[in-house]
Parts: sequence; C-alpha cells; structure tokens
Amino acid sequence: MSAAPESARADKATLDAAFAELYKAHLRDVYSYSYYRVGNHHDAEDLTEQTFLQAYRHFARAQKESQGRPLRPWLIRIAHNLAANYYRDRSRRPQTNIDDAGAISTPHTTEGLVQDRDDLARILRGVQQLPDDRREALIMRFALGMDNREIARALGRTDGATKVLLHRAIRQLEEIVQKDANGAGRHE
Amino acid sequence: MSETFSELEAALKRALAPVEPPVELEKRLELTLDSIVELAADELENWELAGLRDPRNWPRAALGPTAAVVVGGGAAVGLVLLRTQRRRPKRRAASRGALDLTARTVRDVAREALRVFDDLAPGR
Repeated sequence: MSAAPESARADKATLDAAFAELYKAHLRDVYSYSYYRVGNHHDAEDLTEQTFLQAYRHFARAQKESQGRPLRPWLIRIAHNLAANYYRDRSRRPQTNIDDAGAISTPHTTEGLVQDRDDLARILRGVQQLPDDRREALIMRFALGMDNREIARALGRTDGATKVLLHRAIRQLEEIVQKDANGAGRHE
Repeated sequence: MSETFSELEAALKRALAPVEPPVELEKRLELTLDSIVELAADELENWELAGLRDPRNWPRAALGPTAAVVVGGGAAVGLVLLRTQRRRPKRRAASRGALDLTARTVRDVAREALRVFDDLAPGR
C-alpha cells in the first residue's frame, strides 16, 4: 500500500481519539440536556445515544469548521434538533418527573429541606411552562453551565439576543413561580 | 415564596442540577461507538484492497487514495449508522434488558456493515 492511505488511517485514528475525548467530556452535558428536554430517563437515553451517533458521523467536518472553538454548542445543537424531531414525531410535550431529578432526589431530613424541595419542584414546574426557546436557554445556562456565547452558538442566535432571551426567561419564570406560590398559599 | 432575581438564579441552579447518565447507557454507548470505529477501520482496509485488484482503479489509487478513503469511509459509516438506527425501535421492543439490547445493537451494526460492504464490493 502507498503512504497516502496510511496517513488517512492515522488521521482517522487522531479523529477517533478526539471524538472519544469529546464524548467523555460531554456525555453528562448531553444527557442532562436531553433529560430536562424530554422529562424521562428512557427517552433521554435514546436522545443521548442518537446525538453521539450523529455527532460521530459529522465530527470531521465540525472539527474543521470550528477552527479550534469548543464543540459543546455544536453537540447540544444536535441534541436540540433531535429533541425537536422527537416532539414533532410523537406530538409530545416535555414532562419532567421531578422526583427523578438529581438535585431533588437527595435525602431530605428537616422541615427546611422539605420546604426547599417544594420550592425547587415549583421552579421545575415553572420551567416546563416557559416557551421552548426560553426553557432551553435556561437548561443550557443552569444545567450545563454554558455561557452566553456558547448558548448563542447552540441556538443559532447572536450573543445580544441570547442575553435578552435569558433575562426574559428568568423574569417570566419569576412571575410563574410567584403565581404558583400565591395559589399554593391560598389553598393551605 | 418571594425570590429576588439572584435568589431565583441560585434556586434554578439547584433545580436544574446536572443529571448523571446511567452506567448502562455509558457502557452501551461506548460499546456501540467502539464497534463502529473498529468496523469502519476494517472496512476501509478491505475496501482499499478490493479496489486495487481492479486495474481500472490503479490510476485513482495512485492519485487520490486519501480522498477516496475519507469520502468512501465516511459514506459507508454513515450508511451503517443510518441502517442501524432505523432498526432501533424493533431492537428495543424485542430486547430483554440492557445487556440483550447491547448485544442486539452490536449484531445489527455488524450485519449492516457487512451489507454495506457487499453493496460496495459485490464481487469480492
């Protein structure tokens, strides 16, 4: 064999190693995003699997086009598009089973913590009531710790538009949570 | 609940805590990706050898082997993935647990890779 295919194989090995790194670094991010988008572990697993399979197929081009920038927004964008298809195909809406959420399933032993649990559950319910783009921006910011620039790349928006989106999302969530709390107070 | 903006942000951080992926998913995904990577490598090698047996391919093999391998390999892997993905609902429905599902996925990937190879090099 000539040297050229050898170098193609070496390139492929380098690419595969880079993909393995990407996978290890962001499996939790993709899974968290998927979980908060679809609201159950079963579909989140499917979505995560599909995201990485699709990412593998397009990894070489993405790496070339990223010009050294982090690939996490690209990965989350794949998950975002797949999640959108998931809803389109199955006509579903996200449903977060809050008892399964990692933060809320930690043991609670005091009254204060039970109150805390209620508050967090209320916030999760509020997040699910937000319009899709606002909910996604909050998931990316708070579950994945992405900054404005990363979120902007994942959502295909400008940095400025993303900043506004996040601000409005939190404002709206504040109103929803407040309303929910007032309603709950009246029933008690 | 009277939250200020920053209190709400702090609460959001706790409510939307990162969720650890299940261990079974990690194992299954790593196995699938490993299989795909290995099959793609074998496929590339076999395909190159099969191509070189035909004299019509010699000039191309001499001039542009890298491009052929990269483009062809990508397409072949893409095909295998697409076909394997298409069978996912059936696999999931038929499987008896995570291990069984993993085994079925690997078998499907292998079967689809062979089919793609047959399509690409029918006379081998």
